[in-house]
Amino acid sequence: MLLIACPYCGNRPETEFRCGGQAHIARPTDPGALSDEQWAQHLFVRSNPRGVHAERWNHVHGCGRWFNARRDTVSDRFIETYKMGETPKSQDSNSTLSTSTQAEARA
Amino acid sequence: MLEALYRTARALPLGRAPASDPARSGIVIQPAGAEARFALRVRDAGASAAGLPLDGPINSVRGNDRRWIARLGPDEWLIGSDESEADHLPSAIAADLGERAHSIVDVSHRNVGIDVSGPLAAVALNAGCPLDLGDAAFPPGSATRTLLGKAEIVLIRHPGGAPRYRVECWRSFATYVHALLAEAAIGAGSTEQAVRR
Repeated sequence: MLLIACPYCGNRPETEFRCGGQAHIARPTDPGALSDEQWAQHLFVRSNPRGVHAERWNHVHGCGRWFNARRDTVSDRFIETYKMGETPKSQDSNSTLSTSTQAEARA
Repeated sequence: MLEALYRTARALPLGRAPASDPARSGIVIQPAGAEARFALRVRDAGASAAGLPLDGPINSVRGNDRRWIARLGPDEWLIGSDESEADHLPSAIAADLGERAHSIVDVSHRNVGIDVSGPLAAVALNAGCPLDLGDAAFPPGSATRTLLGKAEIVLIRHPGGAPRYRVECWRSFATYVHALLAEAAIGAGSTEQAVRR
């Protein structure tokens, strides 16, 4: 079973979560000034890296909260999860922080 | 070993052998009586409202069997109480919350409660629920929204030494959830025999 560390609930099974696509996409401050091509770029074009990817996830069958996660798309390992509005602690692609278990998260 | 622990029994066409009867497996599954329930959403809640504590940690339940409040998320609570309280509890909570923007919704008719108790209750629940229900990870007083099979449930473990769980599901899922638990109890019964052997 793949466990995902919800920033609010601790480690929980993957089936409780839903992925919300790429994270940290800033909406253009003045959409009216953009060309159609630039607007389409903002709406539809997403990166699809082989390696670490920042994604939004929703703990839909749990606390219902959205959060961000950095996940390695090759190994499916979650490197880090962090709340909305926070910045990730780890930047290098191969660092794997130890995540707490469901029991430790309660303590 | 894991396969033996979580094996659920096949549904036998001729019924089951007397030894695997759920009544003897130590798991009691029974629908809870009618209760009033409310979904409360409020940001920056105070310490309490209408005598119900709002400052408990996320995924915990406070109160007793007749009047409980479970914190399901940072700004979300599920409240259960006697039906006699249903009329005045929302206004009492609203009065205590004062100016804070909040929503309190009566979900009594949406929710169905199923009480699961007995030494092997966690085994039956784990047939459909992927959570770690051990004492360290899910101690008495825990409450969380999770999944049981295909249905979303709120799982509450009542305070106290003996394992007593409350499964809260939506009305249309109730027959599914109850049947899943009943079938899992058969498998849990055979697990117990396998362990004894």
